[in-house]
Amino acid sequence: MELTDATATELLGKLASRACSAVELTRSFLDRIARTDSSVGAFLSIDERGALASAAAIDRRRAAGGPLGPLAGIPVAVKDVFCGRGVRSTCGSRMLADFHPPYDATLVARLRAADAILIGRTNMDEFAMGSSTENSAFHPTRNPWDIGRVPGGSSGGSAACLAARQAPLAIGTDTGGSIRQPAAFCGVIGLKPTYGRVSRHGLVAFASSLDQAGPMARTAEDTALLLGVIAGHDPSDSTSARVPVSGYRQALGEPLNGLRLGVVRGQWTEGVERAVASAIERAADLFRELGAELVDVDLPHHAYGIAAYYVIAPCEASSNLARYDGIHVGYRAAAAPRRGPGAAEDDPGAAGDADDSPLIDLYRRSRTEGFGLEVKRRVMLGTFALSAGYQDRYYVKALRVRRLIREDYDAAFQRVDLLIGPTTPTTAYRIGERSADPLAMYLGDLFTVGANLAGLPAISVPCGADGAGLPIGFQLHAPPFQEESLLRAAHQYQSATDWHSRGPELE
Amino acid sequence: MNAVPYEIVVGLEVHVQLLTRTKLFCRCDASFGAPPNTRTCPVCLGLPGALPVMNGRAFELALRTGIALDGEIPDRMKWDRKNYFYPDLPKGYQISQFDLPLARNGRLAIEGEHGDGPPRIIRIQRVHLEEDAGKSMHDEHEGRRDSRIDLNRAGTPLLEIVSEPDIRSAREAKAYLTELKLLLTYLDVSDCNMQEGSLRVDANVNLHVRPDASPHGSVIETPIVEIKNMNSFRAVERAIEYEVARQYDEWTATGATRATAPKQTRGWDDREEVTLAMRRKEESSDYRYFPEPDLLPVVVPRSRIDAVAAEMVERPAAIRERLGREWGLDAAAADLIVHQGRAFVAYFVDVARELGDPRRAANWMQQDVLRVLNERSMGIGRLAVAPGELVDLLRRVDRGELTRSRAKDVFQRMVETGRSAVDAMRAMGIESVDRSALEALCRELVDSNPRIVADVKAGKSQAIGALVGQAKRRNPNADPSEVLRICIELIGT
Ligand SMILES: [Zn+2]
Repeated sequence: MELTDATATELLGKLASRACSAVELTRSFLDRIARTDSSVGAFLSIDERGALASAAAIDRRRAAGGPLGPLAGIPVAVKDVFCGRGVRSTCGSRMLADFHPPYDATLVARLRAADAILIGRTNMDEFAMGSSTENSAFHPTRNPWDIGRVPGGSSGGSAACLAARQAPLAIGTDTGGSIRQPAAFCGVIGLKPTYGRVSRHGLVAFASSLDQAGPMARTAEDTALLLGVIAGHDPSDSTSARVPVSGYRQALGEPLNGLRLGVVRGQWTEGVERAVASAIERAADLFRELGAELVDVDLPHHAYGIAAYYVIAPCEASSNLARYDGIHVGYRAAAAPRRGPGAAEDDPGAAGDADDSPLIDLYRRSRTEGFGLEVKRRVMLGTFALSAGYQDRYYVKALRVRRLIREDYDAAFQRVDLLIGPTTPTTAYRIGERSADPLAMYLGDLFTVGANLAGLPAISVPCGADGAGLPIGFQLHAPPFQEESLLRAAHQYQSATDWHSRGPELE
Repeated sequence: MNAVPYEIVVGLEVHVQLLTRTKLFCRCDASFGAPPNTRTCPVCLGLPGALPVMNGRAFELALRTGIALDGEIPDRMKWDRKNYFYPDLPKGYQISQFDLPLARNGRLAIEGEHGDGPPRIIRIQRVHLEEDAGKSMHDEHEGRRDSRIDLNRAGTPLLEIVSEPDIRSAREAKAYLTELKLLLTYLDVSDCNMQEGSLRVDANVNLHVRPDASPHGSVIETPIVEIKNMNSFRAVERAIEYEVARQYDEWTATGATRATAPKQTRGWDDREEVTLAMRRKEESSDYRYFPEPDLLPVVVPRSRIDAVAAEMVERPAAIRERLGREWGLDAAAADLIVHQGRAFVAYFVDVARELGDPRRAANWMQQDVLRVLNERSMGIGRLAVAPGELVDLLRRVDRGELTRSRAKDVFQRMVETGRSAVDAMRAMGIESVDRSALEALCRELVDSNPRIVADVKAGKSQAIGALVGQAKRRNPNADPSEVLRICIELIGT
């Protein structure tokens, strides 16, 4: 077996027993990236020098018997949405193509403190807006299982690099499904923690009340390992929770006897591919065999989730992205050319009013040139939905729906411990297939936005493949701060199946 | 008092910078006057990924103010984003409070129209906390059109205090501001320094034209004008006076009313003493307020409000009342003492209590103590004379050890040297002159000045002043009034 096929937990064992060094291990992942990333395109930047230098430092420390962090020597790929001091952090946007933050995100600092090897930054939909990683300003990422297909998004780079064995652990962020949906498309695990479980300080905001960073890996055990490092209260993030962090790995081995698993059957009937629906049924059956009791539950307001989400997220985004104005941080348009016909014909937004002041003109051109179409679409949606006269009809109403959805979950969790259902209605689609139809793309988030709206933890776990061999994932939801239950169920499932150990042929 | 056919209606919006060491949502130094852009961090620069963390001290000061203004404090308060684009606003939004402000429905009592009589109550619509923006500096000299931005001020805590339109004259506007500033300084909430921008005032002004002067026989409201750029209370007063006259003229000429004309913003030109229409700011008037998702709502339990109220310093209005009730001061004296600040009031009370003569204590405080403080431009906290020492000095005057005018000199010496009254007197060679010595001195002067005596006898009574002058030269401690009395007796007119 190659080092790159091993899990992070196995690699920690090899490092501890000196079966390999951190430098050797890091080198094999760097080599794997070099051989495969021209076809996958998972990374936006690779820090070969920095990674090898930290690996060497860890090897020296280990040899000297010094203290080592829980991820000592393990490469971690980080979505390019986090600030790293002096590290180019682009958010997949032309707007931040040259942004080198002067500070570390708390999550990045925690990974460094755990002695993880920060191997590179992964590709994403611009500002995390998208479900296919086609909206990256730099290049699309391809699904390692079929490079004609999307890896999902917006954490598509992180999911793809795990499937491609380019890194054993990765970090994603999830605003409406951006960790879980690409995890399902790429056949890996993605966990969206409870809102407030992982600090958002230094995570470039898309929709602040929904954004949450989380771990991605191939096994539940590795996911637990990574979550244990990044979770915890952070005084720099007022919304981060003061709830103590559990020992996520300790509970993994407990059997599932007596687990009440809620099944929202009503969800699976319409618009869900047959292969997906039957894979979820089989997963539920397996849970029953493992000792769980299946209970039918209902989430009556589930269907309104997408509508509420696509109001609330753009509203917050329109405000969060106002700072990219060409004056302070980010892309600034060059000195004004004379406006006239022919200037950015494909983009009606580029044509300004004749009486714009030079300041308004600079704002307009910087934002027109710096942002991609999907970002502009959502900024306009959000600006509209927050406007006087429309706010009650859209934003305020969406908040009411959000509360009802949360109440649905609260009611369901009175009766069950976890909920099971599909992560996505379909398997990975072809590149370009939905980019002309944003609505079809948005509907792919049908099963994932609920956890964000309600602030709950949810996980996607690989559980099968369709006729074309494309991965399928099931999703579990848990009550707030019950990540431990999600990981235990996922681990018990993986102990009884081998979907997680399958990988695509790439070379 | 129906000299003019309209009623003046004014509401004031006051922004004060809170006296916190750090900014509202980050740990940057909030002090005034540092070189541009040296008091910044990712949070107040609005860098991607940076998050606000509320300054608990700022909240405490705001709460104190809300309670001191008798406002209703909701048990839950939230933050909102006010969205607009401007170069001095790096995030593209300002964190403020929209529909759940820190306090509502407060009140501030101000002096009545003629300085006496019952106080006027100005209702306070709302008090809320928000972050300040940076400062744009436009450099247009030598043909350049540079704009520079200093973000030191960005994120400093501001308290906005909005009055109801209850103010009925320019004079009343000034009285309201004076009382508000006094209260805020008593509360240690702000230094209210208008020059450094820690207190800013905008005034909303219009007229209600009386039915008998209006064409339809009903009250007509002129369009509301917001006046900006007033840099002193005096300017506020002048700007309102100007605006009232201007609005009446405009109404007479055009008949425009609040219903037909939009609200206008005008700037006060301090040199020309006029208000001028301001160019519309390059920003949307729709601020698209929504709850700030990066901050949690603040829950204010009743117990916390009670605790802040319990620790509240005595408010100026209450002290004025107490100075009248307990110490018998008239309104003007009480007001003057209250305006000198908390420490001055405490000093007065100490002197008045020990001396047992509050009026005399008040006179000394208002004249001599205040004079030396003003001469030295210092606060009473730095006065070298303890209240007990001042009382000792005044008692010596009572005992005839020195005259009142000498006492002023001694006090001056005590202030300069920090010595006790007795030491200062000794150093100045002051001792009381006993009556027989004084009589002997007067007899000697009468005997040796026959011409003066003759003049006095001839009816030129002012000639006796020369004898008093000589007595003072011979013995500086001689009490002039005693000398005068004895000499007149001896001459026997
Ligand atoms: Zn700062």
